Amino acid sequence: MVGEILNYLWLVPALPLLGVIVNSGIALFAERPLLLAEDVHGEPGHGADGTGGQSHGPSSRGTSAPKVEGHGASHPSPPYRKLVAVLGPGVVGASFLVSLLAVLALAARPPHDRLFVQVLFPWVQAGTFSAPAAFQLDPLSSVMILVVTGVGFLIHVYSVGYMSHDRAFARYFVYLNLFTFAMLLLVLGSNFLLMFVGWEGVGLCSYLLIGYWYEKKSAADAGKKAFVVNRVGDFGFLVAVFLIFWTFGSVEYTEVFARIPGLAESGVLTTGIATAITLLLFVGAVGKSAQIPLYVWLPDAMEGPTPVSALIHAATMVTAGVYMVARTNALYLLAPTSMAVVAVVGAATAIYSATIGICQNDIKRVLAYSTVSQLGYMFLACGVGAFTAGIFHLMTHAFFKALLFLGSGSVIHALAGEQDMRKMGSLKNRLPVTFVTMFIATLAISGIPGLSGFFSKDEILWKSFSSGHGHVGLWLVGTAAAGITAFYMFRLVFLTFFGNSRMDPEVEKHVHESPYSMTVPLMLLAVLAVAGGWVGIPHVLGGHNYFEEWLAPVFAHGAEGAAHGGAHASAALEYLLMAGSVGVALCGIGLAWYLYRVRTEVPKEIADRVPGLYDLVLNKYYVDEIYDVAIVRKIVNGSIWLWEAFDAAFIDGIVNGIAALVRKAGDRARRLQTGVVGNYALSLLLGAVILVGFLIWQ
Amino acid sequence: MMEPSAYLLLSGILFGIGVAGVVARKNALIVLMSVEIMFNAVNVAFIAVGSYLGDVTGSVFAFMVMTVAAAEAAVGLAILIAIFRLKETIDITELSVLKW
Repeated sequence: MVGEILNYLWLVPALPLLGVIVNSGIALFAERPLLLAEDVHGEPGHGADGTGGQSHGPSSRGTSAPKVEGHGASHPSPPYRKLVAVLGPGVVGASFLVSLLAVLALAARPPHDRLFVQVLFPWVQAGTFSAPAAFQLDPLSSVMILVVTGVGFLIHVYSVGYMSHDRAFARYFVYLNLFTFAMLLLVLGSNFLLMFVGWEGVGLCSYLLIGYWYEKKSAADAGKKAFVVNRVGDFGFLVAVFLIFWTFGSVEYTEVFARIPGLAESGVLTTGIATAITLLLFVGAVGKSAQIPLYVWLPDAMEGPTPVSALIHAATMVTAGVYMVARTNALYLLAPTSMAVVAVVGAATAIYSATIGICQNDIKRVLAYSTVSQLGYMFLACGVGAFTAGIFHLMTHAFFKALLFLGSGSVIHALAGEQDMRKMGSLKNRLPVTFVTMFIATLAISGIPGLSGFFSKDEILWKSFSSGHGHVGLWLVGTAAAGITAFYMFRLVFLTFFGNSRMDPEVEKHVHESPYSMTVPLMLLAVLAVAGGWVGIPHVLGGHNYFEEWLAPVFAHGAEGAAHGGAHASAALEYLLMAGSVGVALCGIGLAWYLYRVRTEVPKEIADRVPGLYDLVLNKYYVDEIYDVAIVRKIVNGSIWLWEAFDAAFIDGIVNGIAALVRKAGDRARRLQTGVVGNYALSLLLGAVILVGFLIWQ
Repeated sequence: MMEPSAYLLLSGILFGIGVAGVVARKNALIVLMSVEIMFNAVNVAFIAVGSYLGDVTGSVFAFMVMTVAAAEAAVGLAILIAIFRLKETIDITELSVLKW
């Protein structure tokens, strides 16, 4: 009876798809005609929306009218909005409930039997190749669907409040539902091909939502950048899938992973092939999950609405790479080189983007670099074989980073679109709910004991030190990044909520706490940010690591390797490292306190003391500029060359040349036609004479 | 039966005169008349050879050609009149619009 719910697994992605269909109908046939009519009539309030819409819809209205609600009265909201506001989050909520029941049904089975594949229909079939449309529920994908639908639902609810005054309300929810659908396809698909479809789908939705306010050039550019950079990674992923099919003769997870031991023994699956496959997969992960060197799109992606940043660019889509690496853990374990690459790239990204986070002044950009850095942690975990820790951090990060983004959205909402932390301050009493929830999330990301971030981050650091694939250097880098994380996160909190107000007086008048539709998701996420880690309390702290136990069937090999290394290390050492990382985090917090609360003039002095270094970090190490010169400009110039020299000169030259030749020949030949009848008669005669002469002479 | 060589010679001379008229003359009316001479040169040849071979087909062809020539002359003259009305000339070197 309990197991029957698993047969309804298809509902999990189908419900958001239903939302897409209905909402897009509304967006196309109800909302779009209305917006077009507004544009034609040139409504006065609309001009302000065009400029205010850059940061977010309600902001500019907030400045023109004392209360957002007051302005709403002059704009009777069309009836379809209510339907969208219920349906958009509703389908995701329903999907969450189905996921929850399905996961409970899965949990009721014995651990070794926790794998359920539901084949819907044969999808691609060609010769020996077959890829059915099938969903696979196992411990790993169950964690993912719970995070995607659960956090996704809260963010959908939050969006109803945040986007309530935006013009294209229905379009927004179409994209958001479509994203949820694609993401669920990605994590639930039972083969690499379906995963790729979801992979591309979330990329498309990311593009659409970054460029949601497409009237603004920077938003449109950012969307384009994200799309193009992701294509680089997708290419690697696709080639890897081809290689997998070529090697294993299948793209179905269960078949591929079952064939690994046999093929490895018979010598078909050499370390070289495994390394090639895993490195190419990692190229895909690097693109999607914004790791060095393809991380550049994520900070720019902050041009999108803040709930989008929370859902796509913090909690779910960017973690797809981590999910993919974890899913293919059996292959990675055959390729030590790939593991090392993953770990080193992860650690390098973690510390590199953390240092950029120190100097950013845009509240969302700090969080963006923080996300890149935390994703680096997850890859570090995967790279040292601690896939469980990576997924664990993925989950807790989804909670606290979504909360941080939504909190920053609430701040931005209150400040009428202001994102510059230098123009904030002293908001803690005026936005109490936002402050408390964001503070909890900051504690969690900083790794304060007892909160979710502590357990996952500490497990990663411990594994990076103790695991068979680990290295003390990785641990050092990770710990340093943890300290920097604590520093810049507390810098953010101090600048935003403490100290003197540096707001524009005009903006300050209208500061208000956000509506319940926004604060309730904040509170729920705060609870998760605190308690989300309690499912994985390490044994040393007297806990029981339910999370590791739950994922054990998926990561059988990985857990083995990690445990093997762990066995050599003593509990005392684990305590010591734990204390060390907490100490580093506290140092970071203390330093932030000193610099941004006690001696607020010091940061300026330091910046003046080392102007070169400060500018370097402030400008993100000029990576965008370097890429521009080294790659973008070259490609653009190469394209211009191809256009001018190859297409315009060569290809068009051939076509136009033939045309000119025929034209010239015709020009000569037409002179034969004199128009004088006598000439024609003469040529007729000559022809006849020649013909007759020929016949006779024969 | 007499030898047709004399008739054929006459036919050849007449044909040559016609050809020369068609090629050399400028007056469209003369050109048409020269065409008629060529037709008749052919008629002479048909009848001479038909009579020599004792075959009536030659004479039948001659009648056929005369009928066609009459029709051709009617159409040709009508065209000439139409052209004259339009251009006020029947000089074929002036009527050279059929060109590039």
